[in-house]
Amino acid sequence: MSQSEMVTLDGNEAVAYVAHMTNEVIAIYPITPSSNMGEWADEWSAQGVKNLWGTVPSVVEMQSEAGAAGALHGALQGGSLATTFTASQGLLLMIPNMYKMAGELSPVVIHVAARALAAQGLSIFGDHSDVMSTRSTGFAMLSSASVQEAMDFALIAQAATLESRVPFIHFFDGFRTSHEVVKVERIPVETIRAMIDEDLVRACRNRALNPNHPILRGTAQNPDVYFQGRETVNGFYDALPGIVQRIMDKFAGLTGRQYSLFEYVGAPDAERVIAIMGSGIGAAEETVNDLVAKGEKVGLIKVRLYRPFDPAHLLAALPVTARRLAVLDRCKEPGADGEPLYKDVVTGLAQALSDGRLATMPRVIGGRYGLSSKEFTPGMVKGVFDELSKDTPKNNFSIGIFDDLTHLSLDWDPSYRPDAPGVTACVFFGLGSDGTVSANKNSIKIIAEETPNFGQGYFQYDSKKAGAITISHLRFGPQQIHSTYLVGDDEASFVACHQPTFLDRHAMLNHARRGATFLLNSATPADQVWNDLPRSMQQTIIDKQLAFYVIDGYGIAEATGMGRRTNTIMQTCFFAISGILPRDEAIEHIKYAVKKTYGKKGQRLLDRNYEAIDATLAGLHQVKVPGQVTSTFDRPATVPGDAPEFVRNVTACLMDGHGDRLPVSLMPADGTWPTGTTRFEKRNLALKLPVWDKDLCTQCGKCPLVCPHAAIRAKVYPESLTAAGPDSFQHVQIKGKDFPVGHHVSYQIAPDDCTGCGLCVEVCPIRDRKDPTHKALNMVDAHERHGIELPNWDFFLTLPEYDRRELDPSKIKHAMMLEPLFEFSGACVGCGETPYIKLATQLFGDRMMVANATGCSSIYGGNLPTTPYTKNPDGRGPAWSNSLFEDNAEFGLGMRLAVDKQVEQARELLHVLAEPLGGELVEALLNADQSSEAGIFEQRERVAALKTRLAGIDRLEARVLEGICEQLVKRSVWIIGGDGWAYDIGYGGLDHVLASGRNVNILVLDTEVYSNTGGQNSKSTPMGAVAKFAAGGKASFKKDMAMMAMAYQNVYVASVAFGAKDMQTVRAFLEAESYDGPSIIIAYAPCIAHGVDLSNNLRQQDLAVNSGHWGLFRYDPRRAAAGENPLLIDSKAPSVPYRDFTSSETRFSMLTRSHPEVAEGFLQQAQKHVQTRFQLYEQLAHLAAQTADVPVGAKPKE
Amino acid sequence: MDLSTNYLGLALKNPLVPSASPLSKSVATARALEDNGAAAIIMWSLFEEAVTADAESMVRFLHQQETGFGEAEGGFLPAFEDFDNILDLYLDNVRRLKESLSIPVIASLNGVTPSGWIRTAKDLEQAGADALELNVYYIAGDLDQSGAQVEERYLSVLRELRGQVKLPINMKLSPAFSSLGYTVKQMAAAGANGVALFNRFYQPDIDIDALRLHPILKPSTSADALLAMRWIAILYGRIDGLSLGATGGVHTPADSIKLLLAGADVVHLCSSLLARGPKHLATILTGITDWMGEQGFESVTDFRGRVSALTVPNPAAFERANYMNTLDSYSAAAGVMV
Repeated sequence: MSQSEMVTLDGNEAVAYVAHMTNEVIAIYPITPSSNMGEWADEWSAQGVKNLWGTVPSVVEMQSEAGAAGALHGALQGGSLATTFTASQGLLLMIPNMYKMAGELSPVVIHVAARALAAQGLSIFGDHSDVMSTRSTGFAMLSSASVQEAMDFALIAQAATLESRVPFIHFFDGFRTSHEVVKVERIPVETIRAMIDEDLVRACRNRALNPNHPILRGTAQNPDVYFQGRETVNGFYDALPGIVQRIMDKFAGLTGRQYSLFEYVGAPDAERVIAIMGSGIGAAEETVNDLVAKGEKVGLIKVRLYRPFDPAHLLAALPVTARRLAVLDRCKEPGADGEPLYKDVVTGLAQALSDGRLATMPRVIGGRYGLSSKEFTPGMVKGVFDELSKDTPKNNFSIGIFDDLTHLSLDWDPSYRPDAPGVTACVFFGLGSDGTVSANKNSIKIIAEETPNFGQGYFQYDSKKAGAITISHLRFGPQQIHSTYLVGDDEASFVACHQPTFLDRHAMLNHARRGATFLLNSATPADQVWNDLPRSMQQTIIDKQLAFYVIDGYGIAEATGMGRRTNTIMQTCFFAISGILPRDEAIEHIKYAVKKTYGKKGQRLLDRNYEAIDATLAGLHQVKVPGQVTSTFDRPATVPGDAPEFVRNVTACLMDGHGDRLPVSLMPADGTWPTGTTRFEKRNLALKLPVWDKDLCTQCGKCPLVCPHAAIRAKVYPESLTAAGPDSFQHVQIKGKDFPVGHHVSYQIAPDDCTGCGLCVEVCPIRDRKDPTHKALNMVDAHERHGIELPNWDFFLTLPEYDRRELDPSKIKHAMMLEPLFEFSGACVGCGETPYIKLATQLFGDRMMVANATGCSSIYGGNLPTTPYTKNPDGRGPAWSNSLFEDNAEFGLGMRLAVDKQVEQARELLHVLAEPLGGELVEALLNADQSSEAGIFEQRERVAALKTRLAGIDRLEARVLEGICEQLVKRSVWIIGGDGWAYDIGYGGLDHVLASGRNVNILVLDTEVYSNTGGQNSKSTPMGAVAKFAAGGKASFKKDMAMMAMAYQNVYVASVAFGAKDMQTVRAFLEAESYDGPSIIIAYAPCIAHGVDLSNNLRQQDLAVNSGHWGLFRYDPRRAAAGENPLLIDSKAPSVPYRDFTSSETRFSMLTRSHPEVAEGFLQQAQKHVQTRFQLYEQLAHLAAQTADVPVGAKPKE
Repeated sequence: MDLSTNYLGLALKNPLVPSASPLSKSVATARALEDNGAAAIIMWSLFEEAVTADAESMVRFLHQQETGFGEAEGGFLPAFEDFDNILDLYLDNVRRLKESLSIPVIASLNGVTPSGWIRTAKDLEQAGADALELNVYYIAGDLDQSGAQVEERYLSVLRELRGQVKLPINMKLSPAFSSLGYTVKQMAAAGANGVALFNRFYQPDIDIDALRLHPILKPSTSADALLAMRWIAILYGRIDGLSLGATGGVHTPADSIKLLLAGADVVHLCSSLLARGPKHLATILTGITDWMGEQGFESVTDFRGRVSALTVPNPAAFERANYMNTLDSYSAAAGVMV
């Protein structure tokens, strides 16, 4: 047996290690939660890490999972060992090719971090819906249940596919296994070598396409032989279970870890047995062990090889004493009489019974658990065993939810927990960006690698990108930890709150066990901090006799030059007071870890980290807990009492983190949710807030335009209305002659919703001549301002919106008086995307339909609990939907087709009903000019009149027209998504939609990277930028999609960057929307993935434009129709070196550190490229006018 | 024909020394410079701000890029554990240039404060740099700071550096001193082995659409060399042992020749090489030798400093030249009766 190394890693890294070692071609595409496997493979290859055969695997990112599967298939035909990683919809996109690969008996392993499928809603979390959808493809399916197994089974699957020629899906649970960090034994390279038979590898190569001995594979077959052809493979599948078991046995010989196809644990004479596969095994095994120790006759079948399903091995594993069997599926098959694993087990047992191999049939029930990473705890496992004890146990049950509709759910005892001697559980509440998670990962490494203890870390995130809360669940103990569920109530010995603002939001101390330690990061001194706690928290501390410590983490960070980075400080506190390791030893380990991380980065960094650690030890104080509750406050209500009922009953519960408690009956059945809900989610994130200086302000409107969160608004109204406002409410006579006398304007901030990004202050062009540091907007300490602005904001909301008909949206000042119908999203602080969406909703939101590609914009747009899309006082607003990632353009086109068809039918019916309706109204409706707000307003009035008249007409046509007549008011169809969608996975559809000639508006939020999945390279990524999947720097130029769209000649195309030229952006939106044909706006959107703080968002846009990285232009076919050149260039020739742009963003500059010469080469090429591209556009813009025959609309104003 | 010259105590084969620019980032380009006649090479500048900003951005974006968002759990950029910081890269660049080139390699530091980053000079010495150029790129925008205080800033950085290394030190200076000659003399006394005249600054420009500043750096032109020429001519031969380098605006053989005639030990080239590539060096070198042939000079020392303040009949012409011409434009020649 080889000597193994103990390592601390997660499931994705464990699998990628084996996959990278045993393959030559790796085709990848990002999809959560599998992306990290591709990222590891790409990074290792970029670093020159070699595989088993001494060569660096070729890692290629494709445009979609369908593309990855195609490339995989081709690589196999080319004779390479190849693999890919995927999940969820990605796996579905691979299905067509999976049939091919299996049909051709091509040895391959696809590693899947199993994830839910998008149905009534998308979910990134783990279950088996995706893999179960592939069970008829002919792929074998091997399921691993832990990080160690994920590494081991990756290798077993690889060896088995080579021997059997049957391709494999190796799957493990998304997040629970893919992202759980634990200590495992790394399989030594020599073991991997011993498991891979070189003769079988050669056999693969010999079967490859080769012109030296040509063959034909992939024929089209007729009814005469196709059927027989399908039957040829039976023997391969018959042999497979035996092969896999043999390989498992061989693996056991090499590593000592024995696995079986179906593995039984529990009482040898068990009467009640559960069969389950995946990470749920961990909780189930703990429970079985506990119950057996208490004398219960229970057992567990761990299902490893799911396809081919071998009932003989199942029967062999099942104790003959078993009378009751519950089969648990982590998926849902609506309409079926049971889920797949259940039905396979029932069929296997029934067959055995019918042919006499089984004497008596146990009673088998099936149920669902853990969909979308729903917690699956020992209490639930016990609940299932309890159900099995009943006379008539429920079949087709669910466990883990409360189903009050169909009453299929089982009850369970949440307080049940198996004994876990020696295990210490800890819970940490942190802010997404405060480093809590990385510090905890580091702590696990220290404990697991520097002591004999085992460690487990699992990290919970919310769906916000700004101000996200992270909850780290850590366990340590002398044995390997299999608790595949969160640290529960009354379980943690240590609870840490890394942000004082969480105190009145979360019931953190529910996790604490009696006598546990509570650590709080707070600037309030130890002798005063007690009264910062809400009453309920004080009570818990007293009741549970918690030891309470406080540290001023931010104070120490500031004092020691760490800025706002508190992770090392909080980690030091953890080790200092948790007692997990001797204090001095632990501090030594932290310092060593710091040295490993920062040693090469400079003494200064190292010194200040050491200084912070020492200062922490001096600044950590235990709080003397009084014997009684003294606070005068408690946790405030999550939403105001006057919030809509749904928000109070459902949304508030989700916001509190108690969504698990919601019963089925409160869920919308078809995935339909109300809009306008972010306004109830007051997050109060800003440390500084902008204050408006009304006397200095010139009312240009730039601040509301750039605000990513719609947290600064402009409104104009009669001055008389301000009499009812608070004294602190600021307003001033509006400048200019566009508004009536006596009208005032306010630029008001929403103090609870501002994130403090400072972009409004950055963009403000007006400085006080006497004090140039003072602008018309200035950031001040939020503590000073928040209380003042709250009533101001509330009053501002009561002021009426200005009549849209009276505003000229082509002026920024006017456009920003329009109410945004996209507000307070969870997008990143300083997000570069959201200002564009917000602008679209200001201009067209009350008649807008949105098809949104999956990505950042669908997450901050539509991830529960709340949505930023909202309604105006008339109840109108954007109607939004997300279909998939790959089909968004087609999805939006479908919306357009529906609208167009209904408009067509409505117009037909108007003609039919002209007489009873009155010719004048019908004519007006049919010939309405809706090119302005006034025109739209009038058409709405006409439609209202139409409805009234229709009510009085007793004809079927009138009823039909009533149902569709609202379509006579112009609809604005928007297709929104990021560059991953538009340039890569959705490009084929997008191209088709551009070619359709239909009136859709496509908004590409171009961050030049797959932002939502963590920053993977797209075809929009510029040359020389480092991204995940392009760890060695992007080697090709950014795709010029605008040029491709212009090639159609009848597409409106604009390239915009609001931070560089806001007026051009507004014009582009107005022109695109007014164009009666396809329009595409490609919008530059700086992203935190660029490695630049987004307080510099506007500067970066400016640099991008001035360096030539991003051109500003508008191509309008209406100009061509008018005999002019359709292309207008709105930016000047590159005026700053491209180097100045790239050196300001880490995505570029990091390559100069890892590959300096390569980076310099890319830079030189990119510099030339931006110049030649600008020249090309300039030349196109100066060509003689086109006379192409294109649809003629109104010529835009210039 | 002997083109050799002595610069900072280094014997150079000719007076053409490419100044700090990105061209030295690539060993291949540096070699092309050498092949085309570069007598030494001044490396790209290691900025004080870059050393500190680099460390900060590495921490922020590579080590602590957590988002708190499950799909982008580990942050956005691939996190190589073993990134070199910018100083490591620079040192590596020095070593590789030293291995690949036979000409002297002069490292360039750019900073304005006598702080810890100066310690890097020792690393540069150990990495094999033949000399150091210190570029104090400083705009004296503080209205409460006297000229003497500004000069002291330069001198304190220089002294700090001198304390660190034995290598020759060249000071790259701006022309914005009230008494440049005196300042240079003080620098020589504080340990400078040479000066390069003059630094060119980014100029602020204003974007009238966005109402914001928009710094630009336009490539130099031959006209820019004339300012350096004046000061080299004034300083030539007057401060013992101090090398004079002319920088900014050297585009043609004639530009080089003028500066050598004024007394430069070397001429530095940047904009012209960025625009025309390393081969332009050979063109300039050929131009100089052709001119020397036409003029009958055998070596650079034959003509270096021939038109300096020490050697021209009317040295004041270097100081008030244009005014003198203007003032004198009404006087008739002495031999003419009015």
